[in-house]
Amino acid sequence: MSVDAATVRRIAHLARIAVAEDEVEHLQGELNAILAFVEQLGEVDVTGVEPMTSVTPMAMKQRDDVVSDGGIRDDVLRNAPATDGQFFLVPKVVE
Amino acid sequence: MTAQDTAPSAPGKLIRGATGNWEIVIGLEVHAQVTSQSKLFSGASTEFGGAPNDHVSLVDAAMPGMLPVINAECVRQAVRTGLGLKAQINLRSVFDRKNYFYPDLPQGYQISQYKSPIVGEGIVAVDLPNGERIDVGIERLHLEQDAGKSTHDQHPTMTQVDLNRSGVALMEIVSKPDLRSADQAKAYVAKLRSILRYLGTCDGDMEKGSLRADVNVSVRRPGEPFGTRCEIKNVNSIRFIGQAVDTEARRQVDILEDGGTIVQETRLFDPDRGETRSMRSKEEAHDYRYFPDPDLLPLEFDQAFVDELKAKLPELPDAKKARLMHDCGLSAYDADVLVAERETADFFEAVAHGRDAKVAANWVLNELAGRLNKEGKDIGASPVSAAQLGTILDLIGEGVISGKIAKDLFEIVWSEGGDPRALVEARGMKQVTDLGAIEKVIDGIVAANPDKVAQAQAKPALIGWFVGQVMKSSGGKANPQAVNDLLKRKLGL
Repeated sequence: MSVDAATVRRIAHLARIAVAEDEVEHLQGELNAILAFVEQLGEVDVTGVEPMTSVTPMAMKQRDDVVSDGGIRDDVLRNAPATDGQFFLVPKVVE
Repeated sequence: MTAQDTAPSAPGKLIRGATGNWEIVIGLEVHAQVTSQSKLFSGASTEFGGAPNDHVSLVDAAMPGMLPVINAECVRQAVRTGLGLKAQINLRSVFDRKNYFYPDLPQGYQISQYKSPIVGEGIVAVDLPNGERIDVGIERLHLEQDAGKSTHDQHPTMTQVDLNRSGVALMEIVSKPDLRSADQAKAYVAKLRSILRYLGTCDGDMEKGSLRADVNVSVRRPGEPFGTRCEIKNVNSIRFIGQAVDTEARRQVDILEDGGTIVQETRLFDPDRGETRSMRSKEEAHDYRYFPDPDLLPLEFDQAFVDELKAKLPELPDAKKARLMHDCGLSAYDADVLVAERETADFFEAVAHGRDAKVAANWVLNELAGRLNKEGKDIGASPVSAAQLGTILDLIGEGVISGKIAKDLFEIVWSEGGDPRALVEARGMKQVTDLGAIEKVIDGIVAANPDKVAQAQAKPALIGWFVGQVMKSSGGKANPQAVNDLLKRKLGL
């Protein structure tokens, strides 16, 4: 499996990462090197082997349905580039 | 996921085009907000209408290093809903990340379920206004997070984002493409909503966005394979769902008859203009790059867990309807109307308890429903309680008041409240069953109207005039049966 230049541009756009045209070739090479490295796993025959989700068998932790969080608007907004004290503000996105 | 063609064409549901008939094919994705105190993966409140960004934890705001922990009640609610839809419950399901960028989705992905949903195939029986009943297949139900809310019109240059809804649990309920008309689609959503409300797993409040639907519409010539579909996003009322289906089907037929082709796309329904239009920006976002969420283990439970929830399910609308028809002798129509809303059914059952169910149904469906309608009130806000209405029915049954006086009494209880039995006493509304008193009134009327007497003796149907006169002069309180019997004797009929 390998990616071409168009795929690199598309993935970058989907991830909202700005990639200049002269970076594409370099990134394509890097991505293909990573893919080739991971592809070595394909040599192992895993027919009939369940995907492993954890090293030791364990069940997913669940919590009770109680309100135990929230009411921390100032903390939530603190790192935002723009707010009006109540809302996050972002450049206008209208359908 | 290959769509299976399961519902046969019915000639009555086709729409006519310039070049012949077309069949509409509809599948619905309903997003139902899970009834819970806190969010799917965080302890923030789900309460509607909080101050902006007040019901937000650092998990919901997707701060780095925050980890999701699943709400056990949301899992139970999804299983209950699956059971209510007579669906396959999957003892093992998996959460995936659905990746896309939007300002109201701070994680950059929605935690959802893709290949392994918690609930598989099921079925919903839908009664149509014409009395027909159809089975609508359920493809799946999965749990996922809601997004935040963007407001575009309160600031001159910026969009405001409120994350209060971000992370609230939703159930996405996907139907098979079994629906063939706007009426069927509307009836299906109404039935689904009714089931969810009986189960208590979603409040079904469409105005607050607790229930909304993505409507998939395509058209084809009867007997042909499915056409290309368009998805109309986020329709938030049952009436609009019907309008959106008809509008979109007509648009597609017009394009096809002009020799064009339908482009698969996401569209938006504009009820003000009565049209659907393309949401081009959503198109490229369709590459969601799903993968299993590494922060969450698979969701696993055993059959005993499912069985325990099943044993505690409330009676659902279909079972209740069957019982009302079988045990109480109600008509299918009356039973349908009574069970559609759980509150109405509960009210009726409280009134009917230990009384004549047909009489109770009559009063709930006519007097009460009519009055509630007139004032735009829900049955939950009825000024006449089930206990009060029950007492009114008892008073009729005991012969204390007539049916006509009962309606006056109902009005008094509606506007003034109080114990119906005490009101009857206090206001002298008791039916006169004292034969001597009634006889006196009759004698007076007979003596004063010799011509009418002669007419009635020639034509016995005219006795009705005398009954009317007697009731009038007794203020409606004379026992109608006694009046009739006495009159017949006096007039020699």
